[in-house]
Amino acid sequence: MALHNLTLTQISKGLEAGDFTSVEITQHFLDRIEQLDKGDNGLNSFITVTPEQALADAKAADERRAAGDASTWTGVPFAHKDIFCTDGTLTTCGSKMLGNFVPPYDATVVANMKAQGAVCLGKTNMDEFAMGSSNESSFFGPVKNPWNHETIPGGSSGGSAAAVAARLVPAATGTDTGGSIRQPSALCGLTGLKPTYGRCSRWGMIAYASSLDQAGPMARTAEDAAMMLNVMASFDEKDSTSIEQDVPDYTATLNNELAGKVIGLPKEFFPESLDGEMKQAVMNAIAEFEKLGCTVKEISLPSTDLAIPAYYVVAPAECSANLSRMDGVRFGYRCDDPKDVEDLYKRSRGEGFGDEVKRRIMIGTYALSTGFYDAYYVKAQKIRRLIKNDFVKAFEDVDFIMGPVTPTPAFKAGEKSGDPVEMYMEDKFTLSCNLAGLPGMSIPAGLINGLPVGLQIMGDYWREADMLNAAHKFQQVTDFHNAAPQGIE
Amino acid sequence: MEWEVVIGLEIHAQLATKSKIFSGSSTAFGAEPNTQASLLDLGLPGVLPVFNEQALAMAVKFGCAIDAEIGKVSVFDRKNYFYPDSPKGYQTTQLHHPIVGMGHIDITLEDGSTRRINVTRAHLEEDAGKSLHEDFHGQSGIDLNRAGTPLIEIVSEPEIRSAKEAVAYFKKMHSIVTYLGICDGDLSQGSMRCDCNVSLRPKGQEEFGTRTEIKNVNSFRFVEQAINVEIERQMDILEDGGTITQETRLFDANKMETRSMRSKEVANDYRYFPCPDLLPVVIDDEYIQTIRDSLPELPDQKKQRLMDENGLSEYDAGVLSATREMADYFEAVAKTCGDYKLAANWVMGELSAALNKNEVDIKNSPVSAAQLGAMIARIIDNTISSKGGKDVFAALWEEKGDDVDALIDSLGLKQVSDSGAIEAIVDDVIANSPKQVEQYVSAEPDKRGKMIGYFVGQVMKASKGSANPGMVNKVLKEKLDAKC
Repeated sequence: MALHNLTLTQISKGLEAGDFTSVEITQHFLDRIEQLDKGDNGLNSFITVTPEQALADAKAADERRAAGDASTWTGVPFAHKDIFCTDGTLTTCGSKMLGNFVPPYDATVVANMKAQGAVCLGKTNMDEFAMGSSNESSFFGPVKNPWNHETIPGGSSGGSAAAVAARLVPAATGTDTGGSIRQPSALCGLTGLKPTYGRCSRWGMIAYASSLDQAGPMARTAEDAAMMLNVMASFDEKDSTSIEQDVPDYTATLNNELAGKVIGLPKEFFPESLDGEMKQAVMNAIAEFEKLGCTVKEISLPSTDLAIPAYYVVAPAECSANLSRMDGVRFGYRCDDPKDVEDLYKRSRGEGFGDEVKRRIMIGTYALSTGFYDAYYVKAQKIRRLIKNDFVKAFEDVDFIMGPVTPTPAFKAGEKSGDPVEMYMEDKFTLSCNLAGLPGMSIPAGLINGLPVGLQIMGDYWREADMLNAAHKFQQVTDFHNAAPQGIE
Repeated sequence: MEWEVVIGLEIHAQLATKSKIFSGSSTAFGAEPNTQASLLDLGLPGVLPVFNEQALAMAVKFGCAIDAEIGKVSVFDRKNYFYPDSPKGYQTTQLHHPIVGMGHIDITLEDGSTRRINVTRAHLEEDAGKSLHEDFHGQSGIDLNRAGTPLIEIVSEPEIRSAKEAVAYFKKMHSIVTYLGICDGDLSQGSMRCDCNVSLRPKGQEEFGTRTEIKNVNSFRFVEQAINVEIERQMDILEDGGTITQETRLFDANKMETRSMRSKEVANDYRYFPCPDLLPVVIDDEYIQTIRDSLPELPDQKKQRLMDENGLSEYDAGVLSATREMADYFEAVAKTCGDYKLAANWVMGELSAALNKNEVDIKNSPVSAAQLGAMIARIIDNTISSKGGKDVFAALWEEKGDDVDALIDSLGLKQVSDSGAIEAIVDDVIANSPKQVEQYVSAEPDKRGKMIGYFVGQVMKASKGSANPGMVNKVLKEKLDAKC
């Protein structure tokens, strides 16, 4: 098997067995990035590739292994979404605003991976400041879906999704504020997990909406996602919203039996308007879980429809303040020849931010302004509690909640970019997890018209291990996760 | 028309924590620009705040000291505005749920009466950096060393009725925070700053007039001056039938005027909302009680003790307890010499006069409390006279020596208290002054007291000032009266 078709777990074992060195496999992936990602026909899944650093890290990892000091991650290549600050390496967040920003520090997630000797190949493309569902809002150009170059890979972690789907890296980090790990994972045929809010440190992860943002793994299999979450997750004193909770070995429970587990199917996730093929794909997947001994129960999450309006108040409100530091004063883009400080702000921000970012800053600014705060922000926070309560009640009776990740498979590039509300509807099944702070994942559930779709698995707080266990057992009896875009394998 | 002045003060006090409110950077003053600014203070993308618990303890301490309700759940909010020295584009502060709720302090007015002023609230927030406009050729420099220094903003009720009361209130707050040790109180370095809200209303009217806010007044004297010139300005406008514009003003001490900070002020909408990076601060009764139990003696308590236990007058006790520095100095002197009254006389007399005359702050006094105490002890044990004490004090002030006893020796101030030696001199003086003795003997008994002065002078002269005046008096009286 070609090296790039190996899963993360297989690469880890291959390095351990001495089948290849880290330098060899790192070079192999770097070559693929060079061939498949660049140029007009390339995927454009990377904003920055760091071959020299990667090869130096790979060499160091090989030495570490030779010295008998290797962990499962030592020498294993991967990529970071360009939202994570990397000491000494350009970190743009997909924006012109940070087009020159080289952080002087590592995000905690980055430091965790580094400490294990993992080899980062570069920084993946993303919607600007993680705002978008199609990766079309990146200043560095749209990313192509490896399954069909005319379609979008999803967003905002679209670069990570495309890169993993095209086997340019075996796995990549992502972040999920309203679906930004799960939706691109679904549209590119990956296994992606958004953990419980507070599981992964947000230190060094450039904030979009602080109360919703959460980092997580994007990989091909549940087993790989477990291996990755083992390292990404940590309690971090530098993040006040990080929660002091032991990190279990997520790989240890992957093979637990699922018999007796109860799956809740919220009727709100299967509306009349849901695409028939999508519904069929999801129900087929659920049938596999039934074969594994799970029982299925219809449930209701009555506040589901309120998730989009609540999210599009809370997230823009937070982002309107979070992005204020991008002012052209201390770092990042600064306009030419500002005539005074007012001009410096207006033009730096006017020229540095793209349309979608400006739109959300304006929505958020409006929602927080005097006279509207109660009607929008306070009301949205109340809805958030309702949504959370729906889930808390539901999880009294079920172990997992399942449904579609997206309403449809990947749509064509440009199809929705002119209609923000149409684009926001893309997130209708993923937002409620973030609003409730719950873990959610997407696993491949087959193809519709040659394009992958995902099954969403939601669990109760801190039940990532159970979710990964369910996903892994599913992947033991199904083949969806092994499908590859044409020409990739 | 008769006008009533309505004043409310907002005092910002920098908390004396070692590190900043949300980052580990040092809060020390005076470092090279931007050397005490961490990733967080620079507001770099991706950084997150972590609340410094030392700031919490200090704020709770303050709340206990002014007998306030303590917020068991306090919440940090973001106050959004753009300014170059505000690195994040928002200030982290507390709007709806401050750490300290309604409390009060008592101020003493010049006529000795006291007034209670209620404190609406006090909340925690972060200080901004500084813009430096010199030396950059048409540009501004930004120094973020101060950014993130913890502040408590103490907001009074609009119950202050004159500039003098405002100063008394500000001084009392200064005294409380310095007694508590939660603020160094150094106004010249900006450790405490005051915003003064001033308005006028016709006497007897319930409704408040339109107020102006004088920003960042940083000395007691300026508070008084700024408020007074603002009162005058408003009164002139109102008397002429004009209206006051609600605005922010700055005090110019050189021109003795306040002036509008921005000519075309558009009301800034700060768009406050709870900071999602920080959890609500939750404290319990036990935490509050532990802090309450550890409160030091406060100015009012110290004043009462100095009166009740140490026998000082209300006036003296008030002066000596008014500031932490004065109180610490005085108590050290009093404990060293063992006599509170005498210590009070020296500190309020000789020392205060010298400090005032030379415009020296008590913390920089060339005469230390230990030295002054030791010197007073030598008066008490009759080693030197009060007059000798003044000579020792002058020598200490001029830094002619450190050691009180060595100075007494070198200045030859040790007084003779040996009764035999004094008797010998007295006998000599009496023998050499037959005329005066004659006059003394023949005088009416009630006139004799005055006449003894001559003999005392002679004895002191003969002893070169070293005889203990009390003993001289006593011996002289005995011997002269024996002749009557």
